[in-house]
Amino acid sequence: MELRSRVLNAIRAFFVARDFMEVETPVRLPTPALELNIDAEPSGAGFLRTSPELHMKRLLAAGCDRIFQMGPCFRKGERGALHHPEYTMLEWYRANADYLDILRDTEELIAALAPLSRSTVHLPSSTSSSSPFTVHGSPFTDFLRISVRDAFRQHAGWDPVADYDGERFEHDLVTRVEPALPRDRPVVLMDYPVAAAALSRRKPGNEAVAERWELYIDGVEIANAFSELTDAAEQRARFEGWAAERRAAGRTVYPLDEAFLAALEAGMPPAGGIAVGVDRLVMVLAGKRSLDDVLAFREEI
Amino acid sequence: MADYTAPDLRKGLRVEIDNTPYVITEFNFVKPGKGAAIYTCRLKSLLDGNTFVRAFRSNDVLKKPDLEERTMRFSYVEGDDYIFMNAEFEQATIPASVLGDSRFFLFEDCEVRVLYHNGQPVDITLPTFVEKVILETEPGARGNTATNVLKAAKINGGFEIHVPLFINQGDTIKIDTRTGEYSDRALKTR
Repeated sequence: MELRSRVLNAIRAFFVARDFMEVETPVRLPTPALELNIDAEPSGAGFLRTSPELHMKRLLAAGCDRIFQMGPCFRKGERGALHHPEYTMLEWYRANADYLDILRDTEELIAALAPLSRSTVHLPSSTSSSSPFTVHGSPFTDFLRISVRDAFRQHAGWDPVADYDGERFEHDLVTRVEPALPRDRPVVLMDYPVAAAALSRRKPGNEAVAERWELYIDGVEIANAFSELTDAAEQRARFEGWAAERRAAGRTVYPLDEAFLAALEAGMPPAGGIAVGVDRLVMVLAGKRSLDDVLAFREEI
Repeated sequence: MADYTAPDLRKGLRVEIDNTPYVITEFNFVKPGKGAAIYTCRLKSLLDGNTFVRAFRSNDVLKKPDLEERTMRFSYVEGDDYIFMNAEFEQATIPASVLGDSRFFLFEDCEVRVLYHNGQPVDITLPTFVEKVILETEPGARGNTATNVLKAAKINGGFEIHVPLFINQGDTIKIDTRTGEYSDRALKTR
């Protein structure tokens, strides 16, 4: 709990020092961000947010250019060593930027948090490069970037960009690719097949992939970042596609967030953004393997 | 018989895959970035104890195995077969290959729980602790009473077990059948 408090404070100080504005957006929403695989908890006439993403993008469209938010999000039915139905999410966005700018922010943020680490298996190398105790690296510095295509070719033996299969992609990601990722330094899987773009834009010059990356520390997925999709028509088409798939699977279909789509239509600047699971980040900084070790109160499995 | 879907899975649950009953020894729920839920399980075969990890998706269906446990007593050995019997003189015959190391821990009249799968006896659960006499071991060095140094010793059937140095030939020891390891020296009753 003490480590968590220090991490939260360090995150706020980091963004304030870089001239980001802290914002708060509604926790209870008339309709949650529609995603294929995320279910929202009903609350009153609406739902608890699964992410603050759509509201933060509305702030970008309204003219904010550097914003961050840290607060609770809720995802129904998600409970495991790395999942808790209520968790703390950090998101930040930069206008007139892309996913590489966000990656630079992330490298700096993780480096700033590394000295707080209580992980005993690895020593932060940033301050001790000349120390005889330095091991090969630190799980928090010297980010390794691998494209999703290369990671899958190497560890799963196929190319999901050339020939995408959603079920196989997720299965092999969990059983083959993630376990093979190095743990002695952070790993960034980047450029996802466009079918797994979520809310990211296609890469200019290579339309088969989307400008999306995910950060892994100590083998644990910590963050997901995009060059944000700002095209209202494509955004609406993706929402409708997920809605159709959810309907076919017999899952709750949430209404489209028309206020968000209207903001995109009116115009949102190109932007980069990211969502970080703060509890998982505290967990890896603490050198633990389960969220249960870093949550003061938790729902039983 | 009702089957299970992946969201029903949890640690300790018994499931059947390809006619083999398994118990789930580790269970985790994961949702890879923006993906659908995946349930990863370590499965331990109730037949041979082998384990492996397998990932299931929400709509995967697993069979509920037809398992039953009956309390029986060890009766006798016939060739490679071990014969167990209950108060109603029902018999269960289990070959040595299926029992594995468990067979060395049996003794006359030993009460066990026999696991039946589809009506066939496939495994036994021993009492947690059994007492066995050491038939063969090197004498311990005089004065060396350290408990963290172990030496080899043999019990009946030639089964080798590691015991502290102060244990001598003829001593009775307690064995933890869950691990197959030495647990304690038994009080001498003779």
